[in-house]
Amino acid sequence: MKTDELITLLATGAGAVESDATARRYGTALGWGAFGATLLMAILLGVRPDIDAAARLPMFWIKLAFPASMAVGSLIAASRLSRPGARLGWVPGALVAPVLAMWLLTAYVLLGAPPPERGELVMGRTWEYCLFNVPMLSVPVLVATLWAMKGLAPTRLALAGAAVGLLAGAIGALVYALHCPEMEAPFLGVWYVAGMLIPAIVGALLGPFVLRW
Amino acid sequence: MTQRIDSHEQASANEDRLRDLLVRALAGDAAAYRAFLKDLSTHLRAYFRKRLSGLPDEVEDLVQESLLAVHNQRHTYDPGHPLTAWVHAIAKYKLVDLLRRRAARDLRNDPLDDVLDILAHNDSDAAAARLDLAKLLERLPARQRLPIVHMKLEGLSVVETSRVTGMSESAVKVGVHRGLKALAAMIRKQR
Repeated sequence: MKTDELITLLATGAGAVESDATARRYGTALGWGAFGATLLMAILLGVRPDIDAAARLPMFWIKLAFPASMAVGSLIAASRLSRPGARLGWVPGALVAPVLAMWLLTAYVLLGAPPPERGELVMGRTWEYCLFNVPMLSVPVLVATLWAMKGLAPTRLALAGAAVGLLAGAIGALVYALHCPEMEAPFLGVWYVAGMLIPAIVGALLGPFVLRW
Repeated sequence: MTQRIDSHEQASANEDRLRDLLVRALAGDAAAYRAFLKDLSTHLRAYFRKRLSGLPDEVEDLVQESLLAVHNQRHTYDPGHPLTAWVHAIAKYKLVDLLRRRAARDLRNDPLDDVLDILAHNDSDAAAARLDLAKLLERLPARQRLPIVHMKLEGLSVVETSRVTGMSESAVKVGVHRGLKALAAMIRKQR
């Protein structure tokens, strides 16, 4: 087929195209993914029984705000990485800022605590559950957002996969926070960050295979 | 210096014209879309020819593959952003993808084959694509092939295609969409 014939083929009856495709695809993916993660958490783990009391403490809301801010930043990164030629601009900074803020809080708490207690502040009592459950709860969002991105046009596949992986990890951590009893910044600064990074690494590894077009 | 400013102005004029054509095309103007693709193909050809000087046979195939990619992914163009950056990112992605696939294939093959290859090819028909999209089209399943043949090659409307094929109107639209995506995937597998 000659190139001119291909052009005629493509142009004939092409019709109008909606321009909000990116927002709609990610909206659908996030809706289903977050629903799946919440369902998994409710069935396998359960909401923490003392959530009423916990919700009166500022640390509970910091624990939710931390992954929520990571989710917003990585969603913007993912939607930009889905469009050829779009620049990331300030987005990496917006992703690093919440982590730095949490580490500052971690340093403040650790320096204010007597040295023998510092180890327990970091390790908590449930670190291995956190490290397993956050990536486990991120699976529905990871699958759904990889599907969303696959229908768009990422050109930097490992980075694009990392962005949806981080988004999935952040939603996983947000949902896990409703179950998790830990309330100390050092725990969040280490184990929540690690839990979010695992799906990001998985996404970066999957991207070049799954997202090609 | 003057030449550089001229080429800069030329690029900016092309950006404005092509962007205007694509915006109209995305709103459903088929004539504008045809003009856009035609114009774009000349820029793609120049871009690939410059970067594939060692592989002249690949140029026209890559132009076609990129046009199909632009078509299948045209919903990712945001009219608020520069068209040049969007087109360049797609062309570069397809170029890198091709070079990567070729490198992987060359590693698998016995390098002796390349020595014999020297006399096996000539580039008298370098301007023609070796990739035969018409042949690939025949390999699509009927639910994708028929809508493409009737709508895209014969120029029938959705309603007419639906009547001729006995498929529902939405199945016709889905068939065209999925068929062109499947075609793009087949091209990638083949090369």
